[in-house]
Amino acid sequence: MKFLNEQSYDPIPIYRVIDNKGQVIDRTEEPRIDNETLLNMYKTMVQLNQMDEILIESQQQGRISMYLTNYGEEGIQVGSGAALLPRDMIFAQYRELGVLLYRGMTVTEIINQCYGNHEDRDKGRQIPMHFGNKEKNIVTASSPLATQMPQAVGAAYAFKRAPNNERCVICYFGDGAASEGDAHAAFNFAATLQCPVILFCRNNGYAVWTPTNQQYRGDGIAARGLALGLHTIRVDGTDALAVYRAVERAREIAIQNKPVLIEAMSYRVGLHSTADFSNNAFRSVEEIQKWAQEENPVEKLRLYLEGRGLWNSDIEKQFLKEARDIVLRTIQEADQKKKAHWKEMLQDVYYVMPQHLQKQMNQMEKHLEKYKEHYPLDQFQSE
Amino acid sequence: MAGLGKKISILGNLVKYVNNGSKRLSSHFVYHPDNEAPVAGETSKMNMMQAINNAMDLTLKSDPTAVLFGEDVGFGGVFRCALGLQEKYGKDRVFNTPLCEQGIAGFGIGLATAGATAIAEIQFADYIFPAFDQLVNEAAKARYRSAGQFACGGLTVRAPCGAVGHGGLYHSQSPEAFFAHAAGLKVVVPRGPIAAKGLLLACIQEQDPCIFLEPKILYRSAAEEVPVDSYTLPLGKAQVLREGDAATLIAWGTQVHVLLEVAEMAEERLGVRCDVIDLMSILPWDVDTVCNSVKKTGRCLIAHEAPLTAGFGAELAATIQEECFLHLEAPVARAAGWDAPFPHVFEPFYLPDRWRCFDALQRLLAYDQQ
Repeated sequence: MKFLNEQSYDPIPIYRVIDNKGQVIDRTEEPRIDNETLLNMYKTMVQLNQMDEILIESQQQGRISMYLTNYGEEGIQVGSGAALLPRDMIFAQYRELGVLLYRGMTVTEIINQCYGNHEDRDKGRQIPMHFGNKEKNIVTASSPLATQMPQAVGAAYAFKRAPNNERCVICYFGDGAASEGDAHAAFNFAATLQCPVILFCRNNGYAVWTPTNQQYRGDGIAARGLALGLHTIRVDGTDALAVYRAVERAREIAIQNKPVLIEAMSYRVGLHSTADFSNNAFRSVEEIQKWAQEENPVEKLRLYLEGRGLWNSDIEKQFLKEARDIVLRTIQEADQKKKAHWKEMLQDVYYVMPQHLQKQMNQMEKHLEKYKEHYPLDQFQSE
Repeated sequence: MAGLGKKISILGNLVKYVNNGSKRLSSHFVYHPDNEAPVAGETSKMNMMQAINNAMDLTLKSDPTAVLFGEDVGFGGVFRCALGLQEKYGKDRVFNTPLCEQGIAGFGIGLATAGATAIAEIQFADYIFPAFDQLVNEAAKARYRSAGQFACGGLTVRAPCGAVGHGGLYHSQSPEAFFAHAAGLKVVVPRGPIAAKGLLLACIQEQDPCIFLEPKILYRSAAEEVPVDSYTLPLGKAQVLREGDAATLIAWGTQVHVLLEVAEMAEERLGVRCDVIDLMSILPWDVDTVCNSVKKTGRCLIAHEAPLTAGFGAELAATIQEECFLHLEAPVARAAGWDAPFPHVFEPFYLPDRWRCFDALQRLLAYDQQ
């Protein structure tokens, strides 16, 4: 008789293509990516960093209510985003802005959503970072963690039923979200119902202030994929090329109706969000610096591109300025835009507004006629 | 042979004891079939399970994106509502899921988000709670939070609910009130086969996610001549089943039949006639039909199996008193399950049976004579 435990097996190895200096470790593993795509990947990282830096500041200035940065996960985001096809459906969590930018969501769209102005595609109904874009196959995010996971599996099942399907679904979630029941449900349903879905775990070491050794005891999230019948790989999330290769191959597998789990290892360099007041008291400065300096995804990809003669410090300087300017300019524009009409508060609850809600709208309308000076109507569009 | 005789007499005593002590009681209601069909055309005698099966069969036949799934659904479902459908439409359209309600709901939401018609079966309404987050936080809010870019209108969640005589805590619940509080959902409860088929087809075709609670005791005991063609009944609309001006009696599901009997008792014993309203839709609910009736009668009794406190009767009572205050001759009355988990052996004392309802009606009628 023998009891097995998490140490009975070697941990699932971490796949990487380039080292810390951007050098390819094994030439046979180097992905074949055209120059334009490589440059788009890198530029997206730079744009992303600029957005993070400036929007964090705009939150501190009280212009937007909240923001979540992506530092340390740029490799995950552009690596996966670039390997997807525009027709693939994305279910995101909240730390995937690089995926959305790569997909083609504009700086303007992003900032309008953060401001919640009348051009926000959510019409101001959600807090910042809850992006969605129907034409770009990006499902609008919600706040509860991991709820998107079984939904992504269901959407994939719908795709599977279409004749000659060539679409897959990708679903992002974190190491913390992976503890939710919905995560287990998603793995199990994906496997038993054979859905064309890629379940992508961003393991960045922390869920708010909880390190992974308090989140799970087994061999990370990848081991659960194996246990539940998913094709699984663990990759170096700070290596954009490794992530690209993994997602590219995952797509091929998923389209055959074999679901895939990718666990991308990285590090959350920034705080959880602008609401995080811990000042990093829950971890050591040395730990942050080590990851930020030695395993910097942006640095690694840049070194790789420079090594291939595709980038240099002059282009860097020029592009940095462009990326910065577009964000600053867009913020100024967004600042001027009003919020949507207050009646948008009660629309879209149902496909057709029911009588009781119409009645409530009428009540509020009458109330505002009488008490208008007590409400910030000047910030909202009028009739 | 003498030994055998002795054995028989012991057994005889035993059987007698069992009969007196634990005879299973007959149901607390008498089923009142609809006396007319909502549409013309050929009908067939169907019980409620068959009517629901028929609605899903028609859906799977006409809508190529439609799929039906849940625990044990592939084999027909524990109440046989999916009987024969996997054989007819294939394993990719009618299938088992793992035992996981939150997965069933989330999967259904995803299917509907991608444009498919998803009929998700939860084996008992008592087990719907793991799916509560998906239904309340996701299904109900998907359209609103995305400003209409995404929605899961194609989702219908079906679950057997209500007292069945021996269900106890976890096979008898009526959770409609929990979901009535989630703006963005529709919540529907049929009283019999004709209503079930029409309402279920309406839910499936509705552009909003719907929760369809099926009183399980009616699956076999309720039978009617049900139109064989496709038809829908309007959501958000109540039906007045009996008319009178003494009082308004409101219920949904099985309880409608209890109140129909109470109305008969009132006519026989008290010589008065009552309006009996089947609410049918809990969310949104038909304020106009209810209030028009109460303004006419001035007295209202609401009855539901679910516990009294914050049961859906509370919402009805609050709105009725707000809209009909000057017409009321008595406070709005509620007869409901007690504020305890649904008990096993005590079920006859728990349910708002014909006597509790009749008594409440008598007190309503006598109110201004005190």
